Amino acid sequence: MSGAVMNSMQRVLTTLGQREPDRVPLFLMTSLQGARELGLSIADYFARADHVAEGQMRLLHKYGGDCLTALYSAAHELEAWGGEVCFATDGPPTAGAPVLRNAQAIDGLAAPRVADSPGLRRVLDTIAQLKARVGDTVPIIGVAVSPFSLPVMQLGFDAYLDLMHEQPERFERLMRVNEEFTTEWANAQLAAGATAICYFDPVSSSSIVPRELYLRTGQVVARRVLARIHGPTATHLASGRCLGILADIADTGTQIVGVSALEDLVALKAAAAGRVCLLGNLNGIAMRHWTAQQAEAEVRRAIAAGAPGGGFILCDNHGEIPWQVPDEVLQAIAEAVRRWGRYPLSGLDHPGD
Amino acid sequence: MGIPLQDPVQDFCSALTALDQRAAQGVFEQALLGHTPLQVVEGLVLPALDWIGQGWDEGSLALSQVYMSGRFCEDLVARVLPPSDPDRKRQPRSAIVTLNDHHLLGKRIVHAHMRASGFELFDYGRMGVDELVARAQADRIRVLLISVLMLPAALQVRAVRDGFDARGLPIKIAVGGAPFLFDPTLWREVGADAMGRSASDAARLVEGWMEAMA
Repeated sequence: MSGAVMNSMQRVLTTLGQREPDRVPLFLMTSLQGARELGLSIADYFARADHVAEGQMRLLHKYGGDCLTALYSAAHELEAWGGEVCFATDGPPTAGAPVLRNAQAIDGLAAPRVADSPGLRRVLDTIAQLKARVGDTVPIIGVAVSPFSLPVMQLGFDAYLDLMHEQPERFERLMRVNEEFTTEWANAQLAAGATAICYFDPVSSSSIVPRELYLRTGQVVARRVLARIHGPTATHLASGRCLGILADIADTGTQIVGVSALEDLVALKAAAAGRVCLLGNLNGIAMRHWTAQQAEAEVRRAIAAGAPGGGFILCDNHGEIPWQVPDEVLQAIAEAVRRWGRYPLSGLDHPGD
Repeated sequence: MGIPLQDPVQDFCSALTALDQRAAQGVFEQALLGHTPLQVVEGLVLPALDWIGQGWDEGSLALSQVYMSGRFCEDLVARVLPPSDPDRKRQPRSAIVTLNDHHLLGKRIVHAHMRASGFELFDYGRMGVDELVARAQADRIRVLLISVLMLPAALQVRAVRDGFDARGLPIKIAVGGAPFLFDPTLWREVGADAMGRSASDAARLVEGWMEAMA
C-alpha cells in the first residue's frame, strides 16, 4: 500500500487485517491529559462527559493520533459495585478499599446494572459525544476490566490470589457474576458508539499467573466473555508479560494484544504469527525523562521491530500515558511516527542493531 | 534459569512453585531432622526464595507463585522459629508500608519473605506521607521498606525522604514495585537508598545495612 492517505479508521482496519496501511497507526493513550488541555483538575475533568469529550478531541488534533479513548479509570467500574473513586492531582483516579470484605460476600453477590451507575453513564455519554464528532473516521476505544482482573479491586490482590488457589467454587461464582457485568458494560459502550473494546486483563499476564493457571482461569473466562461482546476487542495486559501465552490469548478471539516493554517486540511479532495485531510497546514510565531524540529513537526501534507487514499499532505499553510525561515528548513521538512510520518502511535500523 | 544445586533445595523449589504445600512441608521437616531451625532457614528456605525471586525478575515465574511460596514459607518458619525466638536475626528496627494506595500485595509478599528469612518488622499497612513520617520517628525506625504499585505513589517517596531529612532522621529507605522496574533510575530520583527488584532482594538489602550499622 502506498500513495493514498488514509483516515485513522482506514489505517487501523488495514493494519488489523495484517496489511500495510499508509503509515503505522499511533494510539496515544492520553486519558488524563485532556484535563491539562482544558485547565481543569483531574477530578473536575472527569466530573462531566463534555469535558472528557472536548479534552480527547483537542488531544486528537494536537498530536494527530489514530484513536479516541473514553477511558475514565478502572476505579469507575468499581464504583458501580459500591466502591470509591479516589482522585489525585497528578495521576489516574484509583480505586478505594475493596468492596467485598471477605470471600463469603461472593455468595450473595449480584452484578450491578450499568444504567444504575452515574459514573458509567458519563462514560457512555462521552462515547456518544465523540461518535457524533468523528463518525466513522476515528476509532473510539471503550474499556472494560475483565471479570478475571476485576477482583483485584473487588477483594484486594492477596485475598483474590488466595481465593483463586483455595476456593475454586467461590472463584467460579465470582467469575460468573463479573462476566454478566463486564459483558453488559462492554456492549453498552459499543451501543453508545465505541468502535472496539479494550479488554483490560492484567491478571492473565504471565507476570501475574503461570500459563497453566491462565489456561484454567483467565483464558476460559475470556473465551466466554469475548464471544458475547458484540464488537472487536483488544486484550491489554497493562505492561505485563505475554510472550509465552500470546497464541493462547489469540485463541480467545481477541484481535489486538497490548504488549510490554519488558519483552522483545521481534519475538512477540513472530509469536503473534499474523493471528493478532500487536499494540505497544513504548515504556511510559521511562518516557518521563526522554529527550526528543530519545523519543524518536524509541519510535524507530518499535517500528523496525513490530511494523513490517502491518499488524502493529504504536502505543505506550501500559495503556495510559503518565501525567508526568512532557508535552514535548508526546509531540516528538507523534512526529517520529509520521517521519519513520510511513509505508513502505525505509531508513530504519534492523532490529537488534 | 537454573535449578539450585542441592537436591533438598531443588525439591523445595519445585514444591513451592507447583504450590504443593504438603510436599514443601515434607522437605522442610526432613531438613529439620539433621539441622537446627536457623540452619534450615538459611540453607533451605533462603536459597529457595532467592531462586524464586530471581525467576520472577527474569520473567520465568509469576507473581502468584512468588506470593504463595512466600506465604507457605512464612508459615513453616513461624512454626519453628517464633517471632520471640532469640535465633531470629538481630536487625535494625525496621518497618514495611504500602504508600498511598490500596494494592497491598507487594507489601504482603515482601513481608512474608522477610519473616521467612528470619526478620521481624513492623507492618504499617497502608499510609500517607505525613502519617508515615511521624510513625517512623515515633517507632525509632532505622530501615523502611516502601511498596508501591502506581507511579504517583512512587513519586511520593520523595516527600517521605524530605520529611525524614527535615526531622534529621537517618532512616534507610528501600523501595519496590512496578514503576521502579520500568525505570531503573526512579529510586534515586525519589531519594531512596536502594530498590529491590524482587522480594528476596529486601532481605539482602537489610542484611547489608545491618553490617554497615553494626
